[in-house]
This record gives sequence, C-alpha cells and structure tokens, in this order.
Amino acid sequence: MTANANETGTAAGVYAPPAAASGSGEGTPVSLRNLTRAFGATKALDGMSLDIAPGELIALLGPSGCGKTTALRIVAGFEYADSGEVLVNGKDVSEVPASKRDMGMVFQSYSLFPNMSALDNVGFGLRMRKTAAAQRRRKAAELLEMVGLSAQAGQYPHQLSGGQQQRVALARALAIEPHVLLLDEPLSALDAKVRLQLREQIRTLQQRLGTTTIFVTHDQEEALSMADRVGVMRDGRLEQVADPSELYSRPATAFVAEFVGTMNRLPGELAGPGTVTVLGSSCAVIGPGGNGGAGSPPIEDSGPTSGPVDVLVRPEGLTVAPASGGNGIVSGRTFLGAVTRLAVLLSGDTEVRVDVPSATALAMAPGTSVQVGLPPAPVLVASREK
Amino acid sequence: MATLTSAAGQAISPDNSKKRRRPRERSSAWRWAILLVAGVYFLVPLYAALRFAGLSGFKDVFTTPGFGSSLWLSIRLAAVTWIVSMLLMIPTTVYVHLRMPGLRRLLEGVTILPIVIPPVVLIIGVLQVMPLALRASVWLLALEYVVLAMPFAYRALDAGLRAIDVKTLTEAAGSLGAGWLSTMWRVILPNMRTAVISATILIVALVLGEFTMASLDLKQTFPVWIVLFDQENAQISVAASIFALFVTWVFLMLITVIATRQSRRTGGGEVTLFTVAPQQTIGN
Repeated sequence: MTANANETGTAAGVYAPPAAASGSGEGTPVSLRNLTRAFGATKALDGMSLDIAPGELIALLGPSGCGKTTALRIVAGFEYADSGEVLVNGKDVSEVPASKRDMGMVFQSYSLFPNMSALDNVGFGLRMRKTAAAQRRRKAAELLEMVGLSAQAGQYPHQLSGGQQQRVALARALAIEPHVLLLDEPLSALDAKVRLQLREQIRTLQQRLGTTTIFVTHDQEEALSMADRVGVMRDGRLEQVADPSELYSRPATAFVAEFVGTMNRLPGELAGPGTVTVLGSSCAVIGPGGNGGAGSPPIEDSGPTSGPVDVLVRPEGLTVAPASGGNGIVSGRTFLGAVTRLAVLLSGDTEVRVDVPSATALAMAPGTSVQVGLPPAPVLVASREK
Repeated sequence: MATLTSAAGQAISPDNSKKRRRPRERSSAWRWAILLVAGVYFLVPLYAALRFAGLSGFKDVFTTPGFGSSLWLSIRLAAVTWIVSMLLMIPTTVYVHLRMPGLRRLLEGVTILPIVIPPVVLIIGVLQVMPLALRASVWLLALEYVVLAMPFAYRALDAGLRAIDVKTLTEAAGSLGAGWLSTMWRVILPNMRTAVISATILIVALVLGEFTMASLDLKQTFPVWIVLFDQENAQISVAASIFALFVTWVFLMLITVIATRQSRRTGGGEVTLFTVAPQQTIGN
C-alpha cells in the first residue's frame, strides 16, 4: 500500500536488455510544456507541464475527468493540444502524426485485432515497418515469450483471457521498440488478482527495457506501487509530482493528501504561528508559517494562518486505547490483515479512522469507549471544510 | 424472395430443440408450428409452379432466346451495384463511426428514404432529369440500385461496425505505425467481413429480383425478361423463375456458410442477414 522504497528512482539502467528485444536503450526524455486543451467550455488540460526522465515510469493519477487521459492521448497523437508542446528527445512532436511517433500504447479496452493471432498482433507494428517476415515472426515470438505467452502464439484474441489479451497488447506495443510506452488504464478491466500479477510484470519489463513510460490510472495503489514518480492531477492541472513515499507523507495540497491514501480531517484551531491545537494537544504545522519539516513544500500557498482549521492525519498517525470516559466511541471495525481499521466517533460528530495492530484491536469492539490521541508529530492543516 | 425464405429459415430453425424440459418444449412446439405454417406458405406456390412448369419447361429454358443475355445483364448489374455500394458505404460508415458519431442517427434517417419513396417515383424522377446518354446506358440502373440498396447496405455495415471497437482498433493500428489505408485494409475491413457479406447478400438478392425500375427504364434484366416471356410461353417463364430462385438461394447459402465458418475462426459472430452477432470476449 505505501510506497515501496526500492522501486523508486531505479528505472534507468537496471539491466541491459537483450539486443533483439531492447527498447531505445537508455530511454527517451519526454517533456510536456504548458499543455492546454478545452472541450467546449470544459478545460480538460489547463497548462500542464511535466518533465519525464529517460527510462522513468511516471503515473498520472486523478479522478475521472481530471485530464490525465487527455494528456496521454495528446502525447500519443490521438488528440491535439490547443496550446503547448510535447517534446520527445527535445524535439516538438506536435505536428507528427500518431503513426510516425514511435509510441507503444496499451489501451483500457481490449484492443487486439480480432482477425489476427497473438503472434500476428505482436508482429503488426513490425509489418508496418516493412520488417522481413522471418525476422518479424522471430521478434514477435520473442516478445510473446517475454510476457509468458509463447504457448498462445497461434491463438486468436477471443480465445485469450482478459489478462492474456492485455499481455499480448503490451508485447505488441513493445515490439516496435517505442520511444515512449503509453499505458491507458491497462489493468482496469481485469480482476483483482490478475491486475496484481500484471502490475508487477509491466514494471519488471519496463525496468528491464528502460522504456520511458507514462501510465494513466485512477487507482492510487497501482500508481504508488508501480511508478518512479506519481503526478496527481485535478481539473487539468498537476497538483503535485513526487515519488510515491513523498506523495504519501508530504502531500502538497489537501486534495493530494485526501486523494492518496486515507486521510482523517480533525477540527483544530491555529493557536499561534505554526502551532495548532487539536484533540487537546498542540502540534507543529507543516506548511506556511509552520516548522513542520525542513524543505517540505508549503501546503496550499493561500492556506489558513489563523482561526479554525482542519487537521489532516493518516489512520496510522493516530493512537487509540480503550478508556472509560474517553473522547470517542468505536463505531466500526474492519479487519485488514496485520492491522485493523477502527472507525471512531468523536464528540462533535467527527468520525476518524485509526489503524491499530489487529491483536490490539480485539479489545476494542464497536461500542467501546476509547481515547484517541495525536502523537506530537508535525501535522498538515487545511481550510475548514463546510 | 429468396432472401426472405432463407432468412426466415435461418432465424427460426437453429438450436431451439435443446435439452431443458417443459417451458422450452412448449415454446419449441410453437416454433415448429410457426415454421410449418411459414413453410407451407412459401412452399405451396413453389410446388404449384413446379407442377405448372413441368419437365419440358426446364429442358427448354436454357436455350430460349433472351435467357442468357438477361441473366448475364442482371449478374453484371449486381456486381457493379455491389462495387459502387461498398466503395461508397464502407468509408462513409467507418468515417461516421470514428469522427461524427452524432451523425449516425441522421444517416440512418437518410438511408431509409429509398424504402419510403416508391421505386416507381424514383425511377421516373431519375429518367426525367438524366441526360440521354446515361438514360440509354444500362449502368444507370446500377446507380439506381445503389440508392435502392442503401438502406440494407448501411444497416448491415453499421451493425458490423457497432460489434467492434472501431475507435480503439484504429488508434491501436495508428500507434503501431499503420496509415489510414493499412488500418482500413488490414484491421477494419477484415473485422467487418461478416457485415460486408451480409450487405453483399442483400444487394445481390435485391438486384437479381428487381423489376419495377428495370422495366420502366426499358432494360431487359432477368426479371423483366421473365415477365415479357411469360406472355409467349408461360411454362418456360415459370421454369426460369424457379431456376433463378434456386440459383440465388444456392448462392446466398454458400456465402452464408463460408462467411460463418471464417468468422468462427476469429471469434466473430454468425452471419445472418440483418444483424451481426457481437464478438464474445471472455472475461478475465
């Protein structure tokens, strides 16, 4: 769930890819510059800029309608930007048609050509590049082997399962040794278990080939577990681009804080410069005027500096213990494996979620009176909601 | 006529006598009853025609003057109509699906017009305004048939396109480096095969059986010849029409069987005349 430290920042040059199946070697830098795109009155993209390092896997994460798919389609060449440019290897590709951009794409819906076998699907891009038949077949077979589907080479898409189809689609996209690999929610049509396997497979393959990759998803778990960096989008803009662990622990805005992971909102009161009173104790504030962390990005530039605020705390950032006459009552209990998530109703009708070790949670059945506390660590604050 | 019979036979007969017991059995009995009534309705006139024509009618039909040339003309007209229709309708339907899905409804309305307007009106209007050179040519008729076949061709192609995800397939092909011609030829068309064949069947059946327009245009197509010759020798004329029915029927069956077999291989639907069964995709 949380960011996986060893998966961050190690994309380039992990492994020298086998010659025949190599991507573009060291990968290609991609830059989006100030992309704007409006559909009628709605702005799908509103000045989006992003620099992607060679070989990096960047996930664009956001709720539906945030513009992430539009951004991807502009990079692919299926959609145009009203203004701004896309630089691949430093060259603006805005005028280059999709078919000449050398970008491999995997789509959300099954996109294999139904009239071709898996092998022919994978070989299609090479065929368009006039590669000789024998070489084409050899390369396609190699790629199918890479995604573990050698046995299915002769089968047609309708004979393959959803997960297999997406793996063939991945092999097909990689067969042309693309500058950039574009993944448009490729896992969203699959069931949970297949999704998990394929997630790992895509990541491994991408690291091995060192192909610069843009991955669009609305599933934060997917984004956090696969990407070198995650860009959280909202209303056509990037709210924050950061590696997964930073995104989780140092969200730049309240939106990011609440979109990524679970976040509690607790009513608090700014007591002085950089201090907030919440749950009866005072905590340092991360953000404007706060002393919460060296070099941490300020939370919401125009954020509150005094008066009532909401304090944002993760479920694992709160403590809870049974106490008669405590400040809350357990209202729900969800077993998640190692930890159990308790829902606790505080006075003032605030409900918070608190993660505790499952063994400890046994003592706190719904209805138990508990004391919820906040360890004296720096917290994030946001304008009071409602 | 031939199309209707084969369509009815296809739609009603297959795989209805399955395993499950009561409700299924009763409905199955009903189906057979309806099939029987329909069958009698179609077969009795055929039988009567056969009786009337007799063996001698069939012996003489092939050597009767006008038989070969009129049949040949009808076949050529069918071919030209088919080519023009496909060249016109396939790019149109694909383009509308891809770029202007909002226009689909309008197009559906426009393409139905030839059914609403009687062929007599159509051909008389056309003959009024066409230059003499074109009026004298037999190919004017083919152009007319293109209009007449449009509702059927459009519907068949539209159904076929709806069964595939044209947009994603086009984009996938594009991202792999295919230009629009390769995309069309290698990706879209092969996956529309069932629809194209449905349209073909409809067009061929329509052209081989059309009488009004050909007659008013004074062209001796096969149906026109049958009617004309009927006044001379009814027996041979009837024999000719039965022969035509048989040939058309065999031809259509052949197309259907071949097309279904090919589309099964790639997971496409069964070929029927007005619909294309959507491709099944297995879940995960």
